[in-house]
Amino acid sequence: MSMPDRLTITIDGVPLSVAPGTTVAAAVMIAGKFCRNSVTGERRGPLCGMGICFECRMSINGLPHSRTCQVLCENGMEVRTDA
Amino acid sequence: MPSRSQPFDVLVVGGGPAGIAAAVSAASRGVTVGLLDDNLTVGGQIWRGEEKNATRPESRDWFEKLRSSNVQLIAQARVFQQPMPGMLLADTPAEVVELQYANLVLATGARERFLPFPGWTLPNVMGAGGLQALVKSGLPIAGKSVVVAGTGPLLLAVARYLRNQGAEIRLIAEQASRRNLIRFAANLLHQPGKLAQALELGRYLRAVRFAPNSWPMAAQGKDELESVTLSVDGSPETIACDYLACGFHLVPNTELASLLGCELKHGYVSVDETQATSIGSVFCAGEPTGIGGVELALIEGQIAGLAASKQRLPARLLRDRDKLKRFVVLLDETFQLRTELRSLGQPENIVCRCEDVPLAQVRRYTSWRAAKLHTRCGMGPCQGRICGPATEFLFKWRPDSVRPPIFPTGLEALATTPGQYQIVTGGEQ
Repeated sequence: MSMPDRLTITIDGVPLSVAPGTTVAAAVMIAGKFCRNSVTGERRGPLCGMGICFECRMSINGLPHSRTCQVLCENGMEVRTDA
Repeated sequence: MPSRSQPFDVLVVGGGPAGIAAAVSAASRGVTVGLLDDNLTVGGQIWRGEEKNATRPESRDWFEKLRSSNVQLIAQARVFQQPMPGMLLADTPAEVVELQYANLVLATGARERFLPFPGWTLPNVMGAGGLQALVKSGLPIAGKSVVVAGTGPLLLAVARYLRNQGAEIRLIAEQASRRNLIRFAANLLHQPGKLAQALELGRYLRAVRFAPNSWPMAAQGKDELESVTLSVDGSPETIACDYLACGFHLVPNTELASLLGCELKHGYVSVDETQATSIGSVFCAGEPTGIGGVELALIEGQIAGLAASKQRLPARLLRDRDKLKRFVVLLDETFQLRTELRSLGQPENIVCRCEDVPLAQVRRYTSWRAAKLHTRCGMGPCQGRICGPATEFLFKWRPDSVRPPIFPTGLEALATTPGQYQIVTGGEQ
């Protein structure tokens, strides 16, 4: 089975086409969006890139607080920032 | 699911170079070996992406050995608890798994140290290894401008990688003094395998701007990074950039070793000449025993794997390890953090990014424990993995104890008793 050239996810309802092998954290950066608002309302993006800092946590297909730098994009995936 | 399961003869936690070397070496005798990693694939941080597309001969060799071994890979599994000696629980995307072992090798690697300074929490201010990891996982960097800052050999490796991917490296700011770096370079010549690396790096450094005695003072931007102001060899300089890749060398991941009760010394896991920790059936290899780089990790991994599977330890390996151990001291001395970095953070700057605790609040206390209890510093989901090493440098605090779960996990995972989980075994025997 050959890999598709591109796949499509949605970030806060907006479709984004990415190359296979792209993590959700990278996709959100490509979309120019932030991952979450901190407890005092600061915007935050990925920091460590290795699943330790939890700054890139978002909701994936309804599952909140997923460490998105450790999850590959899949066709049809629904990502919510700040969730 | 097997009803009666056999424990793994050797279980390795961490799939970087040390863990791969340990697993392959242990498996060479035909014992059952499991290799557990919390990332999407094995390779660790330094060999991220090398499994599919090896660019270095040594990683190609080790992945080849791993593929032809009978090591059972368990990816995306994060250990959070030891319900009893000889058993670990790990979270996977699908379920909690229970892993039993006769001997354990900890190869849990290291993470970057971050220090607070104005603007360090802005989006696009990232770890040096952090930005590299994101680029390796799909973030386009071609045409983007990057300032690389902090300390340690990782800065150069990351800058070179990003430049090869088309990034414009505006500056590499290394806080170490010129004197320390010259001494470091001179010593590299005496390290096995490091001369070629040093020469290659020398060639590379002529193509970019590299400044010793330099460090970031503030990152500016409204919602995300726009520019960074650095102290460059004594003078302030502001540079516009898309990304600031910033890390202050590495700190070992010792949380699991602590949870198991392994003895630590000066923040590193104590091991004997066979890489055994203070708990006889638990071995440790790579960065948790001292930050020494990939060559040392591979050798320690092999020793740990052989010892954990009761094989003979070749004298050559032990000799090479002792030689490379000198590199640990050299790294430590060269990239020691200068005291000026203690005053980068302003009172209002956040130290704990999970709970947004500012420096002014944290420094009212005299210990990590007191600061945690009164300010919630270190109480968020990262469990102090980011702010702990910062406060260790800023205030010389040490985390006092590690309690399970060592990573956040669901309530149902904590409420389940052993025997109720999916069991991953070394096979039915």
